[in-house]
Amino acid sequence: MKVRIKFAKEGMMKFIGHLDIMRYFQKAIRRAELPIAYSEGFSPHMILSFAAPLGVGVTSLGEYFDMELTRDMPTEEVRNRLDQEMVEGMRVLSARRVPDGKAGKAMSLVAAADYRVTFREGYGFSDGWKEKVPAFFAQDSILVYRKTKRSEKETDIRPWIYRMEVQGDSLWLQVSAGSVANLKPDLVMEALAAFLGEELSPFACQVQREEVYADVGKDGVRELKPLEALGEVVA
Amino acid sequence: MMRKLALSDEILLSVESPARYIGGEVNSVMKDKKEVDIRFAMCFPDVYEIGMSHLGIQILYHMFNQRPDVWCERVYSPWPDLDARMRQEQIPLFALESQDPIRSFDFLGITIQFEMCYTNILQVLELSGIPLRAAERTEEDPLVIGGGPCVYNPEPIAEFFDLFYIGEGETVYDRLFDVYKACKAAGRSRREFLEEACQIPGIYVPVFYDPEYNEDGTLRSFTANYEKAPAVIEKQVVMDVSHAPYPTAPVVPFIKATQDRVVLEIMRGCIRGCRFCQAGMIYRPTRERDVEELKAWADAMLRSTGYEEISLSSLSSSDYTQLPELINYLMDICQERGVNISLPSLRIDSFSLDVMSKVQDIKKSSLTFAPEAGSQRMRNVINKGLTEEDILEGAGKAFEGGWNKVKLYFMLGLPTETEEDIKGIAHLSEKIAERYYEIPKEQRNGKCQITASSSFFIPKPFTPFQWAPMNRKEEFLEKARIVKAEVRSMLNQKSIRYNYHEADISMLEGVLARGDRRTAQVVLQAYRNGAIFDSWSEYFRPEAWEKAFQETGVDEEFYTVRERSVDELLPWDFINAGVGKKFLIREWEQAKAETVTPNCRRKCAGCGAKCYGGGVCFEGEN
Ligand code: SF4
Ligand code: SF4
Repeated sequence: MKVRIKFAKEGMMKFIGHLDIMRYFQKAIRRAELPIAYSEGFSPHMILSFAAPLGVGVTSLGEYFDMELTRDMPTEEVRNRLDQEMVEGMRVLSARRVPDGKAGKAMSLVAAADYRVTFREGYGFSDGWKEKVPAFFAQDSILVYRKTKRSEKETDIRPWIYRMEVQGDSLWLQVSAGSVANLKPDLVMEALAAFLGEELSPFACQVQREEVYADVGKDGVRELKPLEALGEVVA
Repeated sequence: MMRKLALSDEILLSVESPARYIGGEVNSVMKDKKEVDIRFAMCFPDVYEIGMSHLGIQILYHMFNQRPDVWCERVYSPWPDLDARMRQEQIPLFALESQDPIRSFDFLGITIQFEMCYTNILQVLELSGIPLRAAERTEEDPLVIGGGPCVYNPEPIAEFFDLFYIGEGETVYDRLFDVYKACKAAGRSRREFLEEACQIPGIYVPVFYDPEYNEDGTLRSFTANYEKAPAVIEKQVVMDVSHAPYPTAPVVPFIKATQDRVVLEIMRGCIRGCRFCQAGMIYRPTRERDVEELKAWADAMLRSTGYEEISLSSLSSSDYTQLPELINYLMDICQERGVNISLPSLRIDSFSLDVMSKVQDIKKSSLTFAPEAGSQRMRNVINKGLTEEDILEGAGKAFEGGWNKVKLYFMLGLPTETEEDIKGIAHLSEKIAERYYEIPKEQRNGKCQITASSSFFIPKPFTPFQWAPMNRKEEFLEKARIVKAEVRSMLNQKSIRYNYHEADISMLEGVLARGDRRTAQVVLQAYRNGAIFDSWSEYFRPEAWEKAFQETGVDEEFYTVRERSVDELLPWDFINAGVGKKFLIREWEQAKAETVTPNCRRKCAGCGAKCYGGGVCFEGEN
């Protein structure tokens, strides 16, 4: 059966890069002795498919990967066994059975993500910035220079920011993610800094991803669902 | 409560591989520091990925942490990018687990695996805020203890250490800790602790000994200045290797370490007695681990780590008598778990080829031979019992089985070497290539690729070649040129690649391997001149060392190219490593006479290691 795992990556684990997190889970799955499926050949490897790579330095409460088990198991047992193998900073939040078709392809489903941005101690904008956020968000277009593989070009990122609000001392964002348009929160923060006429040090913000969504809407109407909601609990 | 890191986010996000500095790995050990009596920082003075790959540290880490009164943590050399930040911002070096400064520990233990890490030892001390010279340390500083193969000649780094542990760590550390605890509880001084410690077998406290030198610079005497310090330090050996502590739950790094797999050490020592090989001498006698024990360990380690690969480790795995049984077992349990098996240091024969064809992809893998010398005469001198027939037969079988890549390892600058011996490297490579092209074209797997590599011979203490002269740099390079030219003149030169090691590093290693206490000032001065990470070619700065030799007036060639007389008092003669001096002298003479000495299983050569009362020396007797 195909299982989608949702996990959290917090604390010092933010320093572990995406490839190493994949290797970390391969080992954790072995330690948990889950009946994982392997590829054929001389060096068999397990087939794990991660939804959206997370940059070094970013924490998350909503990371996903899919894996194939060779037999059916209660999803809570999968979650629990894997969670037992976690180190400090890692938690397995849920396990869900997902169908084999389109809904079972974590990577290709990703359409949006939530982020929370907080300032590290000693950093921040001048007082009064919170009041100016609605005006920033209300703009028709937000032009930024975006580095692509070849060049730097001016892009309007406004259409990719779905929601934006101040929550306490942090800024909460819902933005486009995935293969079509992947918007990094840093870029929004840079644009906001420019809008406010402020400087922003590259180490000023601590970013946390909070959820990753698929778009299940029809006819161009967006309807975001957390990736785990596409799967089901198996008792 | 999450652990607080010693480094800020800003620093961690601006250095390469922050995972090197955060600890928290699977199976790393956390304890409450208020509940322990002894805090031990275990250091491998190189980058994390190298240090984490070392089995010895994992063994001691596991063994120490079994004691409820000890908390052993790890520390490695900060990479130059972090090194610079730490100096700039005066951040003290810390241990990975607690992230506490090393200076607050009771012990800093440093494992010393190769000479070229000596400047990194000074880096670790300096970044920790511990005075580099033991003589300058106070009651506030940790006790700095060294161990590992290099301490069979500790003299070039003696002044940087409070004490050394000579031999295998599994034996007297418990006693050392008990003595320390008692001293600490009684409020005794550093000096008083060392006075007690030096009476434990295997413990060497350099400050209790004074060397004197002759006019010609050789050692005249080496005597204890404290009446209870023993005249001879006995190397420590674990005789019951099957029941010695083994890390069945080793620490698993987040990032890819050099050794990214479960390591199963199947035996200690080697029966073969190649005359250049220090490991083959100092780890005598050969001791095999019980195969049932090994099976259980392999199983436990795969479970506790989740590794996708397991590797057998020993100096010469083919000599392990239970090898087929062990490998068959591993193949069984690994297949069902999707685990790969890696088998380094296997002799190429029908058995190993059969096993290798089952566990690896023939097309991608290569055969490895270490004839070490090109001619049979030279191989007799070094006592390498591998003949041309063995190699051609093994290679032939492998070629017929589908292999087409061969790696060959040689040394240049061996005692009594002639031009013919040197050219033999090219000739042997050619014969292997010819053997490949004897196979009918349709059955071949494309062209064959032979890679011959040579390193420069460095005489090491406690080997029959400890008296031998080392070549000069120019001689080494000339010899490498001869090999290169000879390879080019071979019929199948297109199938043969030749490469050789850097000569500068080898010369330096030569000085440090057989140095004495006077060499310490060169190490210190080179470090002051900016030498660090010397074993990394991108950081090695030969000019820092050259300058250090000039500034200190130490004559490099006194330690390298000078042939010692067997009567000379050698700086490491105060250590009893089991193999006796008489035996070594006999072997040195046999070498010059081009006579082979049979291995321990064929016939005991009476090296002296029988005194430990076990292992291969007694195999035939029960
Ligand atoms: S076979 Fe020779 S070189 Fe290899 S470990 Fe044994 S003694 Fe040393
Ligand atoms: S005493 Fe004999 S058998 Fe034992 S290690 Fe020495 S040579 Fe080998």
